[in-house]
Amino acid sequence: MRRLLTALVILGAVGAAIFWVVTKPKITDITALAGIVPDLEQGGAVFIAGGCASCHAAPDAKDEARLELTGGRGFPSDFGTFFAPNISPHPSAGIGDWSALDLVNAMRHGTSPKGEHYFPAFPYTTYQNTTLADIVSLHAYLQTLPATDVASKPHDVGFPFNIRRSLGGWKLLFLRPGWVIQEAATPELERGRYLVEALGHCGECHTPRNLLGAVQSSRWMAGAPNPSGKGTIPNITPAKLDWSEQDLLYYFSSGFTPDFDTAGGHMTDVIENLSQMSEADLKAITAYIKALPAAE
Amino acid sequence: MIKKITFAAVGLALATTAVFAESPHDGAIAARKAHMQLYGHNLGILGGMAKGAIEYDADAASAAATNLATLTKMSQGSYWPQGSEAGAVEGSRALGALWQNFPDVGAKSGEMAAAAAAMETAAGGGLDALRGAIGGVGGACGACHKAYRQPK
Repeated sequence: MRRLLTALVILGAVGAAIFWVVTKPKITDITALAGIVPDLEQGGAVFIAGGCASCHAAPDAKDEARLELTGGRGFPSDFGTFFAPNISPHPSAGIGDWSALDLVNAMRHGTSPKGEHYFPAFPYTTYQNTTLADIVSLHAYLQTLPATDVASKPHDVGFPFNIRRSLGGWKLLFLRPGWVIQEAATPELERGRYLVEALGHCGECHTPRNLLGAVQSSRWMAGAPNPSGKGTIPNITPAKLDWSEQDLLYYFSSGFTPDFDTAGGHMTDVIENLSQMSEADLKAITAYIKALPAAE
Repeated sequence: MIKKITFAAVGLALATTAVFAESPHDGAIAARKAHMQLYGHNLGILGGMAKGAIEYDADAASAAATNLATLTKMSQGSYWPQGSEAGAVEGSRALGALWQNFPDVGAKSGEMAAAAAAMETAAGGGLDALRGAIGGVGGACGACHKAYRQPK
């Protein structure tokens, strides 16, 4: 009996140790950034294509005010409500004291400068595919934006989802590096894939999630319930979306659907970003969407 | 006996449908949808030209833009009665927030009128002028849809 108990205790301790090791937040080594020179223009383009302002600008901010990354927008989910934090360059309220490496760790590993896991409401599951050069440039660009001292709102997430360390287990299961669509036959498709799967994080809304809140890549872009509880986010694979290339391009640049209705909901924020992107990039996104495997 | 029950059930089903179908706001909802459709039709002409799907024609563009501007000048007060929001009646996607934010709704329709007026001036002046004005119209449509229309 005593022996069994000892064995159990040892087993438990080993289990806990393994959990502690595998759930440890990952970071990138600083040497990976050697030789990367930030480019502000590129950083601005990443900022637009990544849709940073869509979540981190104050709710209802317009035009210039969208560059004040005060945070505060709430994201309801099955696990509670997440609030986008202040990521303006304010040294204490925002992320003004972050190094480029801190941003790399946040975007590619979902790890904070203090070494904690971020909740995947911050879409690092897709940002992880962002190139280091793009992140270093984005970091430099973010530093040029206005600083605001509005304190970040704590997330409203209950037990057990509020145990940050357990996100290490979630990441182990669902933070898979690499692309959803494996083949990209042309440079245009490759660029489109990068814009959609790495920066644009389109799949975060357009793909259904499993019980643990992870995107189901087998149903990639097949549409999903709207997390706000009202309506659905449409299927944008060729199974349902029959818009032409011209229709898609025009929608991205103007917000008009083929029957001249306008985008609604969060998509209006997305259009605000898309309409500022280069025609070549919009064409690449269009090509990627038209080439998606049909999913009913 | 079974027949009677069936009749009663069918009758009840019909009555229930009738209750849903006939709301006092049906006319107003149909009117505002028709108004939106007229926006859409005229925008279709302007947008089709901007998009390159139809050939630019200054007269046709001007006519569509004038229609659009005229539509923004019509009073829509009677189209939006209290209690005709999504959830309260069938076939409405208007969010209840619309009725709680009249000053903002007014400001947004003012922006729509300004964008349509700019389009009216621009539409006959060449394809580039039309293209320059259509973004403002789209933005004004979208601003209201974003705030006050339930997503599909």
